[in-house]
Amino acid sequence: MDQQQTQGRPSGGGLSHSAVDAITAVVFFAVGVVMMVDNHRIGITWATDGPESGYFPFHIGLIICIASVAVFLKAMFGKHRNQEIFVSWARFRLVLLVLLPTALYILLIQLLGIYVASALFIAAFMRLLGKISWLKTVLVSVGVNAVLFWMFEVQFMVPLPKGPLEALFGY
Amino acid sequence: MDELNALFHGFSTVLSWYNLGMMFIGLVLGVIIGVLPGLGGPNGVAILLPLTFTMPPTSAIIMLSCIYWGSLFAGAITSILFNIPGETSSVATTFDGYPLAQQGRAGNALTASFTGSFVGALSGVLLITFLAPLVSKFALRFGPPEFFAVFLLTFCSFVGTDKKTPFKTIISMMLGFGLAAIGMDTVSGELRMTFGWSELLRGVDFLVVVIGLFGIGEILVSMEEGLKFEGKNGRINLKVVLQTWKEMPRYWMTLIRSTLVGCWMGVTPGGATAASFMGYGLAQRFSRNGHKFGTGEIEGVIAPETAAHASGTSALLPMLALGIPGSATAAVLLGGLMIWGLQPGPLLFTEQKDFVWGLIASMYLGNFVGLIIVLSTVPLFAAILRIPFAIVAPIIIVVCAIGAYSVNNAMLDVWFMLLFGVIGYVLKKLSYPLAPMILALVLGDRMEDAFRQSMLGPGTGLHVFWSNGLVGTITTLALIMLFWPLVSLLWRMARKSGRDTVAQH
Repeated sequence: MDQQQTQGRPSGGGLSHSAVDAITAVVFFAVGVVMMVDNHRIGITWATDGPESGYFPFHIGLIICIASVAVFLKAMFGKHRNQEIFVSWARFRLVLLVLLPTALYILLIQLLGIYVASALFIAAFMRLLGKISWLKTVLVSVGVNAVLFWMFEVQFMVPLPKGPLEALFGY
Repeated sequence: MDELNALFHGFSTVLSWYNLGMMFIGLVLGVIIGVLPGLGGPNGVAILLPLTFTMPPTSAIIMLSCIYWGSLFAGAITSILFNIPGETSSVATTFDGYPLAQQGRAGNALTASFTGSFVGALSGVLLITFLAPLVSKFALRFGPPEFFAVFLLTFCSFVGTDKKTPFKTIISMMLGFGLAAIGMDTVSGELRMTFGWSELLRGVDFLVVVIGLFGIGEILVSMEEGLKFEGKNGRINLKVVLQTWKEMPRYWMTLIRSTLVGCWMGVTPGGATAASFMGYGLAQRFSRNGHKFGTGEIEGVIAPETAAHASGTSALLPMLALGIPGSATAAVLLGGLMIWGLQPGPLLFTEQKDFVWGLIASMYLGNFVGLIIVLSTVPLFAAILRIPFAIVAPIIIVVCAIGAYSVNNAMLDVWFMLLFGVIGYVLKKLSYPLAPMILALVLGDRMEDAFRQSMLGPGTGLHVFWSNGLVGTITTLALIMLFWPLVSLLWRMARKSGRDTVAQH
């Protein structure tokens, strides 16, 4: 498998569309195998009262494997392979600029509670990526969270994760 | 006439201040959700679903279905004014809508598309009103094998109608089934695919997957495309509206054609996107002005929008009558039914009369009020798109995170949301269809239950699915749908060789 993957790579630059297509097919194949193995453990045959618990998911896994082989073959040897670069580095950087701060944000939710973390996240995003003025940044980030707090905690009484700041106000 | 009586009863349920208020909120939220990049019908409904847990089910479904109508209307706003389809079902609207806006006739295009949508939706609701009770009455005869066969038919027709990437449709669908199977098995109580992780015991919630795939995934895709909105002015005044309405009857043929296509594609799970393209294609082929399509024809806006809305509405028919959703948003709504404690299926029409007819009545009213709202407030909503992406994106992410957390009050779900966001980004770029995954995820447990219930008892096997005429017909039909591309290929080959032998003689 590894060999075939490296063959799919165009010289220089990122991965081509069809290479990523093939790699995801391999990943899905692995997912299918994991499903089959785990459900085989539970039992995939017919008991006295009908099929065992693993029967249905086992066959789902099997179908995933078969379909992913088909996608893989089409991506590697198909006639209309898309050799364009999947995503250029400059554009992928933009994606990471959203993805990594979001991961950090979710981490912060656990430490500071969702309202403080959200305010910080929105403010940082606006300031660093949007270069928006300080006044607007503060107004939007605090305002949005005030509305959210009112809606979820006061109006609909849906408890969201809260941190030290909310505890200070007695929530 | 039973239906009409029931419908009037439904109207009396809807016409309370509380429900009308919910309808209005739903519509406005729906339009905002539809206009914003990264928020669409399915995940807009998914994010707001946890808020409705404490509401009465009828009010909840009225609000959520109105979000759906709102987002369908809104797709046209972004397509026409910004050349960006807010929903995939309004891609075809950009072909003629944006050229019209460039010529300064955005008002006409918007009016035409909204009115077309309204006509399409109205036909869909009429279809639901009169056909759904019949279908559900018929389906009362269904036992587990019949239900499994109907599920099979639904999923097989997804694969069979996908000409470009049938295997990707299969993978996406099967991943949905796989995700649905995670957690405790409802029949035997055994743990499946939890890999010793106790937090996976309750399974992966479909709402989290929807929010991740459609919300975060969409944000990542839009971020990569480097969104820069340069919109046209979309002011509508009464004169433009009346002028366009005077023009509309001329296109009655297109309206009827698109409505029929849309209703058909909605009831069978063809989806609004396919319906809108078919509506556009048919209009282009049969219209007298067909050759001018693409340069700014009002007819080219009406055709796809009418079909999309007709299909989006009639997608609720199988959901109400059989418990099988015809689109991703309908699937999320169906998941909502189960959360509110209603058992979807043919019994819904007999056991939950108030709920069903309240919903149907709200569809009539919601689409009418929606039409008025969008016609009068387009510039306001278009202004939302002019807000810099650096402000909109983080707010959407925050709202998604809150939505994912509040489903089960679990932090793990927020991480799952991020994971599914990345998966959604990759799959979308590789043109995997996502709707089958959501449908499979919502229906997976019920389909498996139907399968295993039909297998109860001694001497059972797959032959159960051909044990009587009804179930046999549906199962066979499902297999034909699955192998449709192959069947039609063989048919063509057989005909060709037949012609050759005739020619030889």
